[in-house]
Amino acid sequence: MSTYASPTPTRWARFRDSYFLYSFKRTWSAQLCLAIFVSLVIIAFLAPWLAPTDPYDLRQIDILASELPPFWIAGADEMYMLGTDAQGRDLLSIILYGTRVSLIIGFGAVLLQALLGVTFGLLAGYLGGRVDALLMRLADIQLSFSTLMVAIVVGAIVKATLGSSFYSEYAVLMLILIIGLAEWPQYARTVRASVLAERSKEYVDAARVMGLGSRRIMFRHVLPNTLSPVFVISTVQIANAIISEAALSFLGLGMPETHPSLGSLIKSGFDYIQSGSWWITLIPGVVLVVLVLTINLLGDWVRDVMNPRLYKG
Amino acid sequence: MSLLNVTDLDVRFALRQGEVRALRNVSFSLDRGERLGIVGESGAGKSVAAFSLLNLIAKPGFIAGGSIRFDGQELNGMSERCLRKIRGNRISMIFQDPMMTLNPVLSIGEQMVECLKAHRRISSREARTIALHKLQQVQIPSPETRLDQYPHELSGGMRQRIIIAIALLLDPDIIIADEPTTALDVTIQAEIMALLLELCEKHNVGLILITHDLGVVSQVTQRMLVMYAGRVIEEGPTREIINDPQHPYTQGLMNALPQMATPGERLNQIPGSMPSLSKLPSGCAFHPRCGFVKRADGQPRRACHDVIPDFVESGNCRVACHMVAEMLNGEPSLAKEETP
Repeated sequence: MSTYASPTPTRWARFRDSYFLYSFKRTWSAQLCLAIFVSLVIIAFLAPWLAPTDPYDLRQIDILASELPPFWIAGADEMYMLGTDAQGRDLLSIILYGTRVSLIIGFGAVLLQALLGVTFGLLAGYLGGRVDALLMRLADIQLSFSTLMVAIVVGAIVKATLGSSFYSEYAVLMLILIIGLAEWPQYARTVRASVLAERSKEYVDAARVMGLGSRRIMFRHVLPNTLSPVFVISTVQIANAIISEAALSFLGLGMPETHPSLGSLIKSGFDYIQSGSWWITLIPGVVLVVLVLTINLLGDWVRDVMNPRLYKG
Repeated sequence: MSLLNVTDLDVRFALRQGEVRALRNVSFSLDRGERLGIVGESGAGKSVAAFSLLNLIAKPGFIAGGSIRFDGQELNGMSERCLRKIRGNRISMIFQDPMMTLNPVLSIGEQMVECLKAHRRISSREARTIALHKLQQVQIPSPETRLDQYPHELSGGMRQRIIIAIALLLDPDIIIADEPTTALDVTIQAEIMALLLELCEKHNVGLILITHDLGVVSQVTQRMLVMYAGRVIEEGPTREIINDPQHPYTQGLMNALPQMATPGERLNQIPGSMPSLSKLPSGCAFHPRCGFVKRADGQPRRACHDVIPDFVESGNCRVACHMVAEMLNGEPSLAKEETP
């Protein structure tokens, strides 16, 4: 009955009162980017229902309808709003499917990077000594290989041992593995640095005094305190992973043309720029740029919100 | 046999310049329900002593020798697994700064439940009930609400109450309080000390209180140790030491209290500062700052410069001082040959 007792705020109420939401409401670029990003994600994942044709279904492809221009150019077929590519696939449908592939690889790779990087960074930072030296040298070695090198090596090994049809069948998983392996040191270094700072704080001593074990202290006490830089670099890493995937596909090391991502679409159109069919490359290129740009801008905003030292008044 | 018996505890830090001895031949004991104060300047080794009791000295520190017997078990050299069963469960600790001791991302309830579940096989619901009960014991207003709050939502005094509740959570035999009130403002300090004292008396919990504050020590503890440069220099019943300090250093500490100075005059202080542990003076570590290195007739007392003093009994107290020994026995007290 007492009017003084403040009821415990629910999670939703906490979120509603948070600086996070406050800042979001006042940053139009964040709102715009989130809107674009979310609609791209939704459209991409609803591709099988939204796309006019199924580009993976060979029966729906009409080779006679190849290289048709988009609707605002004379000679367009109104069935194909954004035109068609060299094989006569509807460009709109294939971009929708391709965006989905790019997003899956981007998120999957970052998930793998984060999993490896956070675990290794936590172990290295908390345990220190030999474990630290070993894991961080491993990270240095990994960083001295470019993503491209990893892709070539893994690709060569898989193709040689399991055959190239296996590789193209599991290309999405392969790319997640390659990009995930190549970039985990970013996470490991960031997490290790914040673990080193957290480890010397008194609450860690207090947890040890309570008789908690190392594993429990690491994952339950130290880890949650190191997560905000992880969130911030995650946004950048997703954008990077999508670009890496596009670059690998552009070089022919990524998605096969039968299941194209945005990168392989850009590549497949690249040969036809000279013959005037610029849209096959340009439109997927624009989608890629918009996707990466919105993620990066969102990442900038998240960094500003989560880092009080960067507070702009 | 006391509950806790520390004998000849020797703690060293392996630094690049060589080993530094942070604690030398520290011995004391604590009975069940007894309250012991450890006082000394910063750097005297008080906190190191507290951490070494739980075998929790951070690298590069290590326990080089001595024994810590707790309830018939030897803690020095005990396996990490067994030590974990004692930490928090039978010996718990309260730290100086309540702002830093609680994990900022876990709610109070989560931290308390976690501590309980680490030591007992109970459900979260039962653990929560115990946690609530302990919060009531430390007289926190609306304890149910506090369980779901995060540390940043609470004031310093409130957090220190919660830390005391966590220290009492598993009904330990001993609480080590490392300057529990230093970070709080004065009115809250008194409340927190009174609460700690009351709870320790009520539950018959032993308390090792580490502090600079002689006032607090005199009110709360029954016995006290005075430490200087890693050694115990005076030990005995608190009342006797406070009323009649024997060691020149303890006398200096008492004289330095603001209430001992004449109004309008400068406060009394002990000249000089605590020596660095890596460059300890020869003989008695206090002799460069001591006003009694010369006898009353102006003759220097050689032993102060050359020999580390051993304890002499003075009433119920033990004092490590050549001057006191000379007064009592007519000759300086020479320490047993000690290992370098």
